[in-house]
Amino acid sequence: MKKILSTPLKRDEMEALKIGDIFYLNGHIVTSRDTAHKHLIQKGNEMPVDLKDGAIFHAGPIVKKNEDGSYQMISVGPTTSMRMEKLAKEFMESTGIRLMVGKGGMGDQTAEACRDNKVVHCMIPGGCAVSIADQVEEIERVEWLELGMPEALWVCRIKEFGPLVVTIDTEGNNLFENNKKLYNQRKAEALADLKNQVSFI
Amino acid sequence: MTQNALMIEMTDVMARFISMAGKRLPDDVLQKLAEMRDEEDQEMAKEIYRSMFENLEKAIELDRPICQDTGVINFFVKVGSNYPYQLQLKKILEDAVKKATLDAPLRPNAVSIFDEENTGDNTGERTPFLHWDIADDSDEVEIHLYMTGGGSSMPGRATTLMPSAGYEGVAEFVYDAMVEKGINACPPLIVGVGIAGSMENAALLSKKAILRPIGSQNQNPKAAEMEKAMEAGINRIGFGPQGISGKTSVMGVHLETAARHPATIATAVSVGCWVHRKGTIRFKKDGSYEILSHKGVSL
Repeated sequence: MKKILSTPLKRDEMEALKIGDIFYLNGHIVTSRDTAHKHLIQKGNEMPVDLKDGAIFHAGPIVKKNEDGSYQMISVGPTTSMRMEKLAKEFMESTGIRLMVGKGGMGDQTAEACRDNKVVHCMIPGGCAVSIADQVEEIERVEWLELGMPEALWVCRIKEFGPLVVTIDTEGNNLFENNKKLYNQRKAEALADLKNQVSFI
Repeated sequence: MTQNALMIEMTDVMARFISMAGKRLPDDVLQKLAEMRDEEDQEMAKEIYRSMFENLEKAIELDRPICQDTGVINFFVKVGSNYPYQLQLKKILEDAVKKATLDAPLRPNAVSIFDEENTGDNTGERTPFLHWDIADDSDEVEIHLYMTGGGSSMPGRATTLMPSAGYEGVAEFVYDAMVEKGINACPPLIVGVGIAGSMENAALLSKKAILRPIGSQNQNPKAAEMEKAMEAGINRIGFGPQGISGKTSVMGVHLETAARHPATIATAVSVGCWVHRKGTIRFKKDGSYEILSHKGVSL
């Protein structure tokens, strides 16, 4: 059976999630990526959306404006979360989010901040943007549109948004960093084997 | 057809071609992904492939771009020395990008340097990026399109190695890029490696390498051998689809080379994500065209 959580997210729900778990999300998620992070943290603008116990999506969508002024989600998928590494800690501390969704993993600084603030990072499969757009029931509003379509804060009402794979849990365990150790070990073995095959000089 | 009418028609065809290339994968990529999907036996990897193929079907059904990052559009143009509309091509391609941005729609991805403004229509300074080759004695033009996404650009890097590093140094440079950044770039990846005398030549070749048909090999038998060995090596690292581990990490490794300086082995790597949106279209001088990358697709 699908595990489904809903926003606002509770601290104990977050603490129950472990790296590698899969779940889906109902409620709301707000897109926020590079420039929105900078706009909030470095430029000191006030966050116009209440994100307490909420979820953000590292994503820059394609959105179509309808004739009646409403917006339609055409295509939306995760962007590389690692780009937000430097600002993620301050972002979570100033907004009170519980969940970040993006692509790939994040670094040690974010993992520590996730542990201290009881926040979870998840990945959602990249390049599956039509399926994900289909999980957005409605774009309820947009803020900071002056930053451009990819960088604006799109407030989305979502249904069974996922699959979300937990990549950093509230104990600071980090799926991608763990995997990287394994990949680096196998890389060394693969290189040792390759050496004899490519000694053309 | 008057020249003006032909230009308008060609702009329209190119706009539809760009739009189509954002919504359907080319034949070689589709075939390879289907083979790789069947190879996976881990549950998580199989689930990811299921999501990928479901999304590909939905993109066609709903007529939408497969991925929200429709990239910065790059054209590699092979123009016949006798093709009569050489001077008009740049404007045709720019206008086609603007039109496709509205019609597809594509995500506006051109941000001006220093002024930091998104131009909104995917054109701007040296954008769409055009690279020209000349085909002697031809009166046709062959246009290779590539949608360069942000995620798949992140692992891109170049360096200039010393000969003492050897070809194993080339492989190490590429493998490092895979583990550090490739895992976040939506694998399974197509990996292009350029080897030349200096870094900028290697970088261009690495990009051309990812545009080669999947399954093709370098004409030099030693290079072809290294391509196979590196493909096996990266698959052995095992980051798998979306980097969460699996048997299939790369769709292939392509090497493209130019003679090197005796003192250098310049090396560059470019990668394409699994949504490897490339396309090839060939126009005759009368404006008629053939799509080479997506058989049976009409615009």
